[in-house]
Amino acid sequence: MSVAPAELDVPRSADETVPEKPWLTIVWNDPVNLMSYVTYVFEHVFGYSRPKAEKLMLDVHHKGRAVVASGTREAMEHNVEVLHGYGLWATVRQDD
Amino acid sequence: MSVSLSAGEAQLLRTLIMPMMDLLTEDRGHGGRDDPAGAQPAAGPQAAGGRQDDVFDQLERMFDANAGAPAPETPEDPVLARLLPDAYREDPKAAGEFRKYTESSLREAKKYFAQTILDTLPAAGGRVKLTADQARDWMRALNDVRLTFGVRLQVTEDFEGQLAALDPEDPKFAAFEVYGWLGAVQESLVQALGR
Repeated sequence: MSVAPAELDVPRSADETVPEKPWLTIVWNDPVNLMSYVTYVFEHVFGYSRPKAEKLMLDVHHKGRAVVASGTREAMEHNVEVLHGYGLWATVRQDD
Repeated sequence: MSVSLSAGEAQLLRTLIMPMMDLLTEDRGHGGRDDPAGAQPAAGPQAAGGRQDDVFDQLERMFDANAGAPAPETPEDPVLARLLPDAYREDPKAAGEFRKYTESSLREAKKYFAQTILDTLPAAGGRVKLTADQARDWMRALNDVRLTFGVRLQVTEDFEGQLAALDPEDPKFAAFEVYGWLGAVQESLVQALGR
């Protein structure tokens, strides 16, 4: 279990840019991947509970795609690399 | 955990895995790794420093592949394009950059999983006993084989309907049946691993 890092004392000024929008890991529906397999991958790659993994799998299945994680671009690219290793059709994009 | 296969099924699996590994091995010309003479040390006794030179050669090729070469493009072969998909849908430049740094390790990972099947598959069939790691490799490699079928056969969500609509004499019928069997084997591994 980790502890949230202490907030850095970053000076804020009026002309500071707005915080960057988060990046997303998206999984697309694929007629080949077994529903049980996709659920298994979400549980094991992301550490999600079975119900959460199943809900995401069903979102992918019924809606054609689902956002399965969000965070930094680097973290999302890492997710996609891992998911491609499992044969899931995953992509990265910035939230809009 | 274990998988039971007949001799014919073991042979079939081997027959399906080999071309997929070839497909993943094939160098599409980027990275300069497609020089068989360079990859093999020259015939004859190795000089004392030979091994070290090999390492340097390998490192040089590794860095060359990443630094100088243009970002590789999405594979033209639809099967490879599915096994090694673009990480960015609407940004070809970002997709190319991602591919430049990840594609070769993804190819190697997929070959590794497939190799586990070849290494554990008994030629005469029978019960294959697998460790959890091996079972995971099997599960992933079977998924990759199924993806190649999915692309080649243009499988849809209505797989059963597609199979029912085919004439049993149609060569595609047998392929669909094999695809269904692969799914059943994969499903049994997912269930065993998910418990």
